[in-house]
Amino acid sequence: MTSANDLISIRNLQVSLMSARGLVHAVRGIDLDVQRGEIHGVVGESGCGKTVTAKSIMRLYDENIMLSGGHIFFEGYDMFSLSEREIQALRGSEVSMIFQDPMTALNPLYTIGYQLEETLTNKGVKKMEAAARAVKLLEDVGVNPPESRKSQYPFEMSGGMLQRVMIAMAISCNPKLLIADEPTTSLDVTVQAQILDLLTRLRDGRYMSILMITHNFGIVAEICDRVSVMYAGGIVESGDVREIFRDPRHPYTSDLIKSIPRSGTRGTLLATIPGTPPDLLREINGCAYAPRCRYASGVCAEAPPPPRSISESHSYACVRGT
Amino acid sequence: MPLAVSLLFLVGVIIIAVFAEKLATHDPNRLDVTHRLDAPSHEHPLGTDKTGRDIYSRLLHGSRITILSAFGVVLISALIGIPLGIAAGYFGGLADKVFMRMFDVILAFPSLLLAFVFVAAFGRGITNAVLALGIVYVPMLARLTRSLVLVEKNKAYVEAARSIGYSNAHIMMAEILPNCVDTLAVQMTLDIGYAVLDLASMSFLGLGVQPPTPDWGAMLEDGWIVMTSNPFVALAPGTMIVMTVVALNIFGDGVRSYLDPAQKKLPSIRKYRRPVRDLRK
Repeated sequence: MTSANDLISIRNLQVSLMSARGLVHAVRGIDLDVQRGEIHGVVGESGCGKTVTAKSIMRLYDENIMLSGGHIFFEGYDMFSLSEREIQALRGSEVSMIFQDPMTALNPLYTIGYQLEETLTNKGVKKMEAAARAVKLLEDVGVNPPESRKSQYPFEMSGGMLQRVMIAMAISCNPKLLIADEPTTSLDVTVQAQILDLLTRLRDGRYMSILMITHNFGIVAEICDRVSVMYAGGIVESGDVREIFRDPRHPYTSDLIKSIPRSGTRGTLLATIPGTPPDLLREINGCAYAPRCRYASGVCAEAPPPPRSISESHSYACVRGT
Repeated sequence: MPLAVSLLFLVGVIIIAVFAEKLATHDPNRLDVTHRLDAPSHEHPLGTDKTGRDIYSRLLHGSRITILSAFGVVLISALIGIPLGIAAGYFGGLADKVFMRMFDVILAFPSLLLAFVFVAAFGRGITNAVLALGIVYVPMLARLTRSLVLVEKNKAYVEAARSIGYSNAHIMMAEILPNCVDTLAVQMTLDIGYAVLDLASMSFLGLGVQPPTPDWGAMLEDGWIVMTSNPFVALAPGTMIVMTVVALNIFGDGVRSYLDPAQKKLPSIRKYRRPVRDLRK
């Protein structure tokens, strides 16, 4: 079921979260594999379960509010069978994460050098060595000059610089998987490109896998090797990025690709998808996308569409035949 | 500037407490019935109380027990209340609910009444009074800490700290607590003021400081009965209490801004001196 080249394999993951209005079925049985050394994109609109999936890998949710089912295999080990203490040992050293808003993701009271060294000493690195490695890490992520930047506080740095520091902290213990949860959403476009470039370089240099969570198909096209398109808690299509851009099979994917703004289309209306995503509090019987789908027919509302594979590296879930 | 003045005052109070014997002009406990309730004079700079004791000398000696016991009360409440509040706020769940309802019950009674019960059970004396008030002050500090933690724990840096593999203990003590210290410091300096007054009430009822030991709170309680005829008896200790509390507050506020890196890192004026000199050359 899982191949040796898979760093992380998610099988039939289901996550429900308690909310004031009841149980939100945020992730509804998804399969996802991230191979060693690849950048895997997870793309979808707000509230489709991208972040929930990412956080379940690291078990960052309070167990009081989260119910989950299925399996997450990390290098063959079932993550759900690990104790909280074991998960904590994995965080940072095997899997780490960077967040959407770097301005608030660092503790405002400590210098960035202190925080970076602290992540290292927390994993058992000696103080002297941690200081040297912190300088090296800052250099690696392009925070220059590292010696003087080390003594700055988060409020003294720009968002792009802080995201670099966050990346330095996340990779400080050489994790095998870096989860990037919309790492460039709060940054402006030029800085965005720099950060994406940095992530690609780090992947190449350290043979690290990256799970890139984004709502931006442009980012997927730019840096991802493979992509999974999520809609309403399920994966509707996944596979090689080039194949999917050339030949999107699921109507949602093709609608999304159509709605990317392009140059040379002045005067024409930007393509949009009518309607809104379904309420995740309710059960969905048929295809979740059916109410917004151009091709929807009676069958779509009856049963969930079975996953189809058109090649080894491309599968989708829609009843429309090939 | 206000910080420097308050610091100077607090250092002054500590010096007074340490060198009370040297600075006092009279034995603080010597009765002199021929000079009851004297107005301030050369002999008695702040007058005498209802048994003819020199108020100035009593004020100096009283600073010791007042300051020590008030600090003791706040220290006890902080040592118990802050960790409880952090744990309750951070973990939530059943333990949080149980502790908070318990604190609600404690808060439902007037704090002094509870302290009386404690003293009645364990015996009178200043040590027990301090312990009792310390415990009675726990719920207020614990609730404040809890509410601060509830705000902080949902901030992104806490999630980032979890994602990097920090333990809960580390996150609570090294990440969240330092971000709450500013508010807690201000509350604790306020609590010192309350403690001085509550200890005074207990002393007045004979449950705290035992006569004739001098204590600002006890002196204030003694004095307000003759407030209209001999205001100095109450004004002298009252002024000291107010000034000490205000100084502590300003000091607490100073600590707060010192802890905030955005305020601490303002460039020193020294940085700008050198280029000015260079221009003159």
